[in-house]
Amino acid sequence: MTPQTLIMAVALLGGIGFFMGRHRALSSADHDPRLLHSRPHYYGGFVCLMTLVPAMLSLAIWVLVQPMVVSSLAGGLVSPQSIPNGSSLGLIMSDVVRMAQALTMAAAQGVIDMDALGDAGDAPAQMADILNAVGIAVGSDMTPDMVQSAMEMVRLTAIGDWAMTIVVGAIALIGFGYSMARMTKSFWARNAVERFILVTLISAAAIAILTTVGIVLSMVFETLRFFSLHEWADFFFGLEWAPNFRGDSALSILPLLWGTLYISVVALLVAVPIGLFSAIYLAEYAAKSTRGVAKPLLEVLAGIPTIVYGLFALITFGPLLKDIFGEGGVLGVGWMGDARSVATAGIVMGIMLIPFVSSLSDDIINAVPQSMRDGSYGLGATKSETVRQVVLPAALPGIVGAILLAASRAIGETMIVVLGAGAIARFAGNPLEALTTITTRIVSQLTGDGDFNSPETIVAFALGLTLFVLTLGLNIIALYIVRKYREQYE
Amino acid sequence: MTNPTNTRTFAPNERVKKRNAAEKRFKGYGLTAIAVALAMLVILIGTILTRGAGAFTQTFVTLNVELLESKLDKSGTRDPAAIAKVTTFGYAPLLKAAMERTVADHNIDTDLKSGDMAKILSKSAVAQLRNLVLSDVSQIGTTVEIRFLANSWIDGYLKGRVTRDSIANNKNVSAAQLDFVDGLRAVGVIEKTFNPDFIFGSDASDQRPEAAGMGVAMMGSFFMMMVVLVLSLPIGVAASIYLEEFAPKNWITDVIEVNISNLAAVPSIVFGILGLAVFINYMHLPQSAPLVGGLVLTLMTLPTIIISTRAALKAVPPSIRDAALGLGASKIQTIFHHVLPLAAPGILTGTIIGLAQALGETAPLLLIGMIGYVATNMPDGIVAGLLDPNSAMPAQIYEWAKRADPAFYERAWGGIIILLVFLISMNVLAIWLRRKFERRW
Repeated sequence: MTPQTLIMAVALLGGIGFFMGRHRALSSADHDPRLLHSRPHYYGGFVCLMTLVPAMLSLAIWVLVQPMVVSSLAGGLVSPQSIPNGSSLGLIMSDVVRMAQALTMAAAQGVIDMDALGDAGDAPAQMADILNAVGIAVGSDMTPDMVQSAMEMVRLTAIGDWAMTIVVGAIALIGFGYSMARMTKSFWARNAVERFILVTLISAAAIAILTTVGIVLSMVFETLRFFSLHEWADFFFGLEWAPNFRGDSALSILPLLWGTLYISVVALLVAVPIGLFSAIYLAEYAAKSTRGVAKPLLEVLAGIPTIVYGLFALITFGPLLKDIFGEGGVLGVGWMGDARSVATAGIVMGIMLIPFVSSLSDDIINAVPQSMRDGSYGLGATKSETVRQVVLPAALPGIVGAILLAASRAIGETMIVVLGAGAIARFAGNPLEALTTITTRIVSQLTGDGDFNSPETIVAFALGLTLFVLTLGLNIIALYIVRKYREQYE
Repeated sequence: MTNPTNTRTFAPNERVKKRNAAEKRFKGYGLTAIAVALAMLVILIGTILTRGAGAFTQTFVTLNVELLESKLDKSGTRDPAAIAKVTTFGYAPLLKAAMERTVADHNIDTDLKSGDMAKILSKSAVAQLRNLVLSDVSQIGTTVEIRFLANSWIDGYLKGRVTRDSIANNKNVSAAQLDFVDGLRAVGVIEKTFNPDFIFGSDASDQRPEAAGMGVAMMGSFFMMMVVLVLSLPIGVAASIYLEEFAPKNWITDVIEVNISNLAAVPSIVFGILGLAVFINYMHLPQSAPLVGGLVLTLMTLPTIIISTRAALKAVPPSIRDAALGLGASKIQTIFHHVLPLAAPGILTGTIIGLAQALGETAPLLLIGMIGYVATNMPDGIVAGLLDPNSAMPAQIYEWAKRADPAFYERAWGGIIILLVFLISMNVLAIWLRRKFERRW
């Protein structure tokens, strides 16, 4: 049985179980629901769950594990001689998997008879015909042992599918029988079902942890692989980034880090003054109606997708800067060669970050107790003096937290720099020149036909891990500061 | 009348004047900052609208094409198989002839050869003609009126993007052709009208910007959002219920909480790396599939949904829980029968906002192969929609922006308008829901 039909069958059994369980429980109480411990549908639900859940879980595990087991068993048939230089068992096996697919498809279409295959000595030629017939292409040369391995794979898969049907079916039936046997009026069905619901809730909460673990593990694993191919000290402390696919790449993060930080600083130079002054005005000066209009409008800036900012930088803002500072521009200074530059990406990113600074700062300024302001006014200070000398110092930790959050956004931002910053990795100081960032290099190393065994491709995982650690660090510090600050006045 | 300044008990001295000026300046800075920020918003929206509006109209050329039997069906049997053997090359002469006839009918004065006249049509015109003939072979021998797309240069000329100066050294279009277009336009053969194919059609290769549309990418986004909704809503709500209602205060739940707030701030590209490593390289799910995109976006959306759901659950007053518990309901019954329905509007609002964020997200989609792919085929059915390679709206916009052609730039801006219409409607829906069901206890 295929997994799909198996799922249908088990689901059907679960559905039947619901009604049978309910009926049986009611029968044991002479069809008087008041005599049952729980309401009738909890009994049905218990049978349904006991039938479905263990069976489905085992099915899921089986479906995930079976291909791995089959592939390692069948892979043993491939002799080391048939692995060409520069290739690996993994690559050969993907061809073997494709051949096995072709065999299964051909058998399903009735093109071949599985039992009749394999006796003939010209297996590769036969295989080629079959592949042609079903329209599947194989990359490497086929050898008899590969064909043998593919046939073994088909055989093992068939056995595995049978075993799966039997095991999963048995688990479903056992669950069904066990729960049906407990359908008496004194059984605490509600508590059993609720225990199950609680477990479901806990596992849902655990997914948040699993995601983080998944992120970290997937990147740590690949990063370690990268460091086995490339010196780690060179990655962290080298001064050159020049990947090429001949194998002698310079892969160091420092030039990228320089570009990332430079662009982020430009972005913050735009976002912090505008955001902070907006927040001060909205919190201290603006009338309630102005605030009600201006604040949501500012927040629209944060809701616009970053691809829009990227396009704005690439098509509108970059060329505009070039018209001013570029060759033959308004100023006639010729400082800018390309529309993509640190300033292009940085300033546009700064616009995007304004609401990140202003909204959080606004909240924090509002959280400063009114009594502090009143005290300052009472001593004769003007409003601006109060803001500068009383409110801002009191709100400073929170504002620093807001700026750090904006900084972590800026470092991790991708689309604006991919479209607006350029692709040159170097330590340049001119903000009108192109630089590149960590995120753009991740995109460029991982898009296209990368080979996941070459350091030029998997360096992206090391870059990603560095980025993750960097932003995570900033976030934890920022959230800690903000939370600490909030407690201070609560 | 007394002048208010004269009623002061003391005359403002230098220092007070200075302080008042500083006060005014400070207020001015604040106002300027807000004005600058809002001006940026206006400029951004203005740029999008002015640059993108053109994508919704397209230049069409209406021609009377005589479907000559001698060219298309030499045997005269009307056998579809035989007619299908005529390639698009066989149809090109028909277009040239139709152009010549149009010129003759309308007495247009031009020196162009018929081949150059036909070049103002899109490269897709021959295929369009061929498909039309193959759809109904009985039309052969008759003359049919057909609306063809003009190529992107002519379209740009009508939209003001292409001028005679800008094409001085251009091999694709000549000034004579533009004069010819002016002539055709005067008699109404060429016209610029609304083009629904931009919204509902499929992407086209980089040679035919005039034929590219958002429709297929929109379906890709739709399937991704379905995956996000189906996975992140139940998981997010379940996780929030546990954390808010059941979780004991210990280090494990602390770790989970810190985790969730940090996940919300992880750069989106990191989720893309996760998707590539786990879903594609390890689990071997198909590249470019909306299913994978949906899974990655689910992980990104979960924190948003969890945070807003917890806020909604927290807002339900404890008296509701106490009343239910007092009547003998179990804790689970209390939550599922009483607390959750009351928190539902808040949860829904948070979910819609989370989906809107996911809809506009681009960076992770780049890594799982949703660019560099020309989305030409509408998915047929749900399984194909989830597993077949597709694009998504923001990925499609990026793809167009990358093609570095002014005609595609226009389409990228137009695509942004479509994307923003979706985002705005989702956010308006969320705000409306909040206003309508908001409850003060």
